[in-house]
Amino acid sequence: MNLKGKKIRLHDMSLRDGMHSIRHQFSVQNMVDLSQALDKAKVPLIEVTHGDGIAGSSVNYGFGLHTDKEYLEAVIPKLQHSQVSILLLPGIGTIKDLQMVEDLGVKTIRVATHCTEADVSEQHIKYSAKRGFDTVGFLMMSHMASPEKILEQAKLMYSYGANCLYMTDSAGHMLPEEVKEKIGILRAEFPENIELGFHGHHNLGMAIANSLAAIEAGATRIDGSVAGFGAGAGNTPLEVFAAVCDLYGIETGVDVSALMDAAEDVAVPIMVKNDELPRINRDSLTLGYAGVYSSFLLHARRAEQKYGIPAREILMELGRRGTVGGQEDMIEDVALEMIRARG
Amino acid sequence: MAKIRCALIGPGNIGTDLLYKLKRSEVLEPVWMVGIDPTSDGLARARDMGLKTTADGVDGLIPHIEADNIQIAFDATSAYAHAETSRKLTEKGVKVIDLTPAAIGPFCVPPVNLLDHLDKGEENVNMVTCGGQATIPMVYAVSRVQPVRYGEIVATVSSKSAGPGTRKNIDEFTQTTSGAIEKVGQAKKGKAIIILNPAEPPLMMRDTIHCITETEPRQDAIIESVKAMEAEVQKYVPGYRVKEGPIFDGNRVSVFVEVRGRGDYLPEYAGNLDIMTAAAARTAEMFAEQMLKA
Repeated sequence: MNLKGKKIRLHDMSLRDGMHSIRHQFSVQNMVDLSQALDKAKVPLIEVTHGDGIAGSSVNYGFGLHTDKEYLEAVIPKLQHSQVSILLLPGIGTIKDLQMVEDLGVKTIRVATHCTEADVSEQHIKYSAKRGFDTVGFLMMSHMASPEKILEQAKLMYSYGANCLYMTDSAGHMLPEEVKEKIGILRAEFPENIELGFHGHHNLGMAIANSLAAIEAGATRIDGSVAGFGAGAGNTPLEVFAAVCDLYGIETGVDVSALMDAAEDVAVPIMVKNDELPRINRDSLTLGYAGVYSSFLLHARRAEQKYGIPAREILMELGRRGTVGGQEDMIEDVALEMIRARG
Repeated sequence: MAKIRCALIGPGNIGTDLLYKLKRSEVLEPVWMVGIDPTSDGLARARDMGLKTTADGVDGLIPHIEADNIQIAFDATSAYAHAETSRKLTEKGVKVIDLTPAAIGPFCVPPVNLLDHLDKGEENVNMVTCGGQATIPMVYAVSRVQPVRYGEIVATVSSKSAGPGTRKNIDEFTQTTSGAIEKVGQAKKGKAIIILNPAEPPLMMRDTIHCITETEPRQDAIIESVKAMEAEVQKYVPGYRVKEGPIFDGNRVSVFVEVRGRGDYLPEYAGNLDIMTAAAARTAEMFAEQMLKA
């Protein structure tokens, strides 16, 4: 695989996807510290919002310790290199939420839908593009649809005005061949000025290999998190990936040593303090194995504690039922059903 | 027995499903179906069912209102078009039942506040959203027992049952539903989430209702209130069922609901369609009975 000389942009998820790992309990100081460490490492883009995107704070997903606005207001003014993105899931957040953060200095708006439901993003992508934001269409759970379907849905987001399209492995279920095929079909069909991106989870230990496969097939934006701070077994560990890129001769523009320090000195202590270290274990591995949305992990563990049904069994059942991102309310429902079935 | 004559605007999923229900009514007679595309399946279907149709939008209907004695109209188009449509109809003395999330008129969730609207003789009532019809009765079932500080609902519908109107207007869904959780459900703060699931075979509409009460939940009273409300909704949506709950966790009260549709136009999984059109039909029937008595 010759990737030498390829230029890519790394996008850190620890302040958004990492919210899942610690039940959305980032203190403002933690956010500032981690974003400053990422800024120092010259990470070009970092995402800041509730784990389920803007306005995700809820009973269903967990209340954030602070509001999206409070986090953004604290983080953005202190940054010198990094720019900030936010995530929005139509059906959870609305254009009103976008308007609320518009003046805070956000540069990128990413609009995420399930990989077959892109048409619910029309209002938000159009709005974002019209207001001049770097606008990303983000197709979640992309393992659940064929390459042709992914292409069809990406075309919709493109038609609404997205300038970058993501093929997202929310369940950490994909293998490199699939990533290559799905990014490849998009690269072949979209004009060169449309960027492609890949967002991985490390549930099967494949996030780095998958991200490399994505670059090989033409992706130029790669998501990851320092110390893999993200849902499930975490995202593509960004400091590891940056080091691998260096060895391949892929240009990322980040300072690998500073990124290692951000992971080790800032991210890990936050996780430890919150008693959650995202790693591959039987539950997160089950997410990847069964193709289940990564942020279901802690909710399934809680159901295990409350109802005595193993998280792994709940997650397998959710996989069988074809649940999609956002259906956290199914976890308690399924656990209750399983108790009943056992009499 | 005399019937009140009605027009339906919007021959999509909702309008067509509603038409099936009106055809069964003892007090309502669907006369007109209004669309904007002369080649649409919905208009053809309505014609086959014996309705007069126009593809010229509401302007195609207005000249016939008096001659055909249309007294109630249902708008199942989109939030954007509704204000103008409603103005033209109410000017002619037609009562408007709004199935879009436009919400010009007061929200109507039949088992909670239909009788209030009847007393006031409202000329336009809004049916909130499918998710609102399925969940707000349960928010109210808790808030009538004790104050609810926060009400949150998660509505999950099958992709196949969500038409282009719903998809294009997804923000209106969340905003209208959360507003009605407060105004009708009487939670101090409301939040609504909608999720589309493409699984095959399509899943049944399911809804989760979380209420956070101000003080410790009075469990027995809430259980009884939820049960009574379930029976109220079942009067017009037979497939409405509390699947699990109420579950109590500190001050959180959670109810899990499933809505099996009657399979009028779309199959049974489309409980979201069924509860919306059944609520609209029930509202119109109550208005019609009032008109017939007068």
